Amino acid sequence: MATTALDQQRAHAAAGHAPPTGLWSWITTVDHKRIGILYGATAFSFFLLGGIEALLLRIQLGTPNNTFLDPETYNQLFTMHGTTMIFLAIMPLSAAFFNYIIPLQIGARDVAFPRLNAFSYWVFLLGGLFLNASWLFGAAPDTGWFGYANLTSKQYSPGLHVDFWMLGLQILGVASLAAAVNFFTTVLNMRAPGMTLMRMPIFTWMSFITQVLLLLAFPVITVALILLMFDRFFGTNFYVPSAGGDPMLWQHLFWIFGHPEVYILILPAFGIVSEVLPVFSRKPLFGYAAMVFSGIFIAFLGFGVWSHHMFATGMGPIADTYFALATMLIAIPTGVKIFNWLGTIWGGSIQYKTPIYFALGFIAMFIIGGLSGVMHASPPADLQQTDTYFVVAHFHYVMFGGSIFGLVAGAYYWWPKMFGRMLDEGLGKLHFWLMLIGFNLTFFPMHILGLNGMPRRVYTYPEGLGFEQLNMLETVGSFILATSFLVFLINIVKVWRGPRNAPADPWNAATLEWSIPSPPQEWNFERVPAVHGRDPLWEAKRERGGPLPEPERVSGKGIHLPNPSYWPLVSAIGITAMMAGLMLIHQLGPWGIIAGAAILFLGVFNWAFEPAG
Amino acid sequence: MTDTAHAVHLETSTGLDNRKLAIWTFIGSECLFFATLISNYLVHKETWLTGPGPFPHEAWTSPGGQVFEPIIEIPLVTLGTALLLFSSLFVVLALANAQRGNRKGLLLWLGATLLCGLFFVGMQVYEFTHFVHKGLTLKTNLFGGSFFVLTGFHGTHVTLGVIWLATLWISAFRGKIPPAKSLNLEIAALYWHFVDVVWIVIFPVVYLIK
Repeated sequence: MATTALDQQRAHAAAGHAPPTGLWSWITTVDHKRIGILYGATAFSFFLLGGIEALLLRIQLGTPNNTFLDPETYNQLFTMHGTTMIFLAIMPLSAAFFNYIIPLQIGARDVAFPRLNAFSYWVFLLGGLFLNASWLFGAAPDTGWFGYANLTSKQYSPGLHVDFWMLGLQILGVASLAAAVNFFTTVLNMRAPGMTLMRMPIFTWMSFITQVLLLLAFPVITVALILLMFDRFFGTNFYVPSAGGDPMLWQHLFWIFGHPEVYILILPAFGIVSEVLPVFSRKPLFGYAAMVFSGIFIAFLGFGVWSHHMFATGMGPIADTYFALATMLIAIPTGVKIFNWLGTIWGGSIQYKTPIYFALGFIAMFIIGGLSGVMHASPPADLQQTDTYFVVAHFHYVMFGGSIFGLVAGAYYWWPKMFGRMLDEGLGKLHFWLMLIGFNLTFFPMHILGLNGMPRRVYTYPEGLGFEQLNMLETVGSFILATSFLVFLINIVKVWRGPRNAPADPWNAATLEWSIPSPPQEWNFERVPAVHGRDPLWEAKRERGGPLPEPERVSGKGIHLPNPSYWPLVSAIGITAMMAGLMLIHQLGPWGIIAGAAILFLGVFNWAFEPAG
Repeated sequence: MTDTAHAVHLETSTGLDNRKLAIWTFIGSECLFFATLISNYLVHKETWLTGPGPFPHEAWTSPGGQVFEPIIEIPLVTLGTALLLFSSLFVVLALANAQRGNRKGLLLWLGATLLCGLFFVGMQVYEFTHFVHKGLTLKTNLFGGSFFVLTGFHGTHVTLGVIWLATLWISAFRGKIPPAKSLNLEIAALYWHFVDVVWIVIFPVVYLIK
């Protein structure tokens, strides 16, 4: 039956009829737009899950000596909250925009490798499910998202907790690397004629830099996790001091990955905000070239600052000095970006629509997070702040106040393009105000609590230390923050029931994705556009002396589309099965791994030999 | 913005084929993978408390009075290294024959590449077995752990390369690699060269340099 359905879709694709529908069409899809939507929906679900985990933590911390959560559950919840938000929410939410928007912005019909793209999504989905399956076994990871040795050693964590964590992250790493190779190639190779690198939209630029970071940072965490895996499964002693190993090795390897990871999380949001601000200020981006090069500079410096996460380990004055100075240096390109954003809105005729609310919120919140970052770039200050809520405040201002504000701005900005429906402005602004107030109530007091000495990662605190009021305030704030996303969901449901009302270019924007119908047809561009400048649509409108005519939906007959395929899914199942087999190596022997490898080879071989279309 | 009559993307922006650019990208990423493994080896090769040790592989007596014989066999590994290096030349010759449409030459040189790869994998299996018999396992000491993990992951890369090239040899045997499709071989060859180059780093680091 499967083959028949697939053949029908191939026929569909060849004949250029209406897009195929139904579950099977989504399982076999290789369309970057559908994969983008899958990424977005999956990642948003994980975001809600991570948010619920955070709310449980906040309930526990709302009052002193609380027994709502026991310490073990608390450890699992904060570990899974961090792991989920980083690997299963922010990264794939960015990937949703890479998928949907990059090919449209560069004038391409799809990504360079459509089936590899589907593979990345399926591996990500299965990796996320694998990690969260740990809850069903009562063995959710409990050693923090950073998994410091030797908390993770077999001796101190004999259960399945760490196994789920390290194998889950390995699976997710495969997804990230496959996607990074794909998008790196897509951006370099699939640009429309005339789109030179310095004419690329800034979101595409920042995403491109993100792919380079992924390509260079993920192999390091892969090796770190492999060493951990050998320690736990095969009796090596890489992180075991009694056998001559060194737990510090883990910290170095982890943060050589971990600091570039911070920029992997924030650069796409930088790109989104740099798209939104010019469109709603009715001005081209101020200092385009400076924006591009400061992005590159941030990424480059990002590989040389990892040990600022380790000042408290006592590396000595020379290492401390170098890493402190290198870290402070990053403030310069970041400051360049902030001033360019301000320069963009300066004197602009600002259109007060929802996307620019979130973009402006992003700038304000990110500045606060950036400033506290410069504070603990100084080792003496950092020694006071390490392991306190001050650090929690800092990284939530950059991860939530930065990345999430940026991603939500992107969601409101591109929603009409993706779904053909305008999100409600009133509900959107309500979302913004609730989110801004809730966010600051939740995280700003953490600065004060941290400086007053409240330690992170501890499940409760005694009465009488002066922590009670601010903690209660934070808990109230976190529920306001959660409510703001409820408003977002209501907005989505509301417009979902409404008609498809979005024109091709509702915001009077500058980039190519707005030149085609909303939502775009399967082949994106009936004719591949030629590009003559940085803001092709604005230039076309200026030439014409007014708005462009609404593009018509066409039959797409004769346009060649890649064939749908289920082999990427089979290959993804193979990889996940291999990792599950590895976890059950003491129960199944090598047979679980062999079965997974067999599925993987079946998938890859059929993938290699089926007609790509 | 004006429309052009391009129906599909016939040319890429860089002029490089997508797959070729992708394999280069992948190789760039793999450099970091092996760099980390090699660093791990360099960090750990001097921190062994018991069992056989690395180069300069003299026999030594542990504080407990146990004597550990030297185990590294440079001549055998040198032969394997030489054959792996030659296989890079052979795969270039195979590619040249594929591009010229000479199926016999393609099969011959690709076959020679495969044999070299197989010999290398065989050598490594022998070496690993030999080490285990001499009392060096993953668990013995950190030299053992980091040695087996580094060379083992390299060996896995060689094995995957052998499987990839074998698939191409079968395709070529069936006449399915005409000059127009020689890029299929070129991509595998790029990967093969990379695996080779990594070994050129590993070989002196592990076997030659004190």
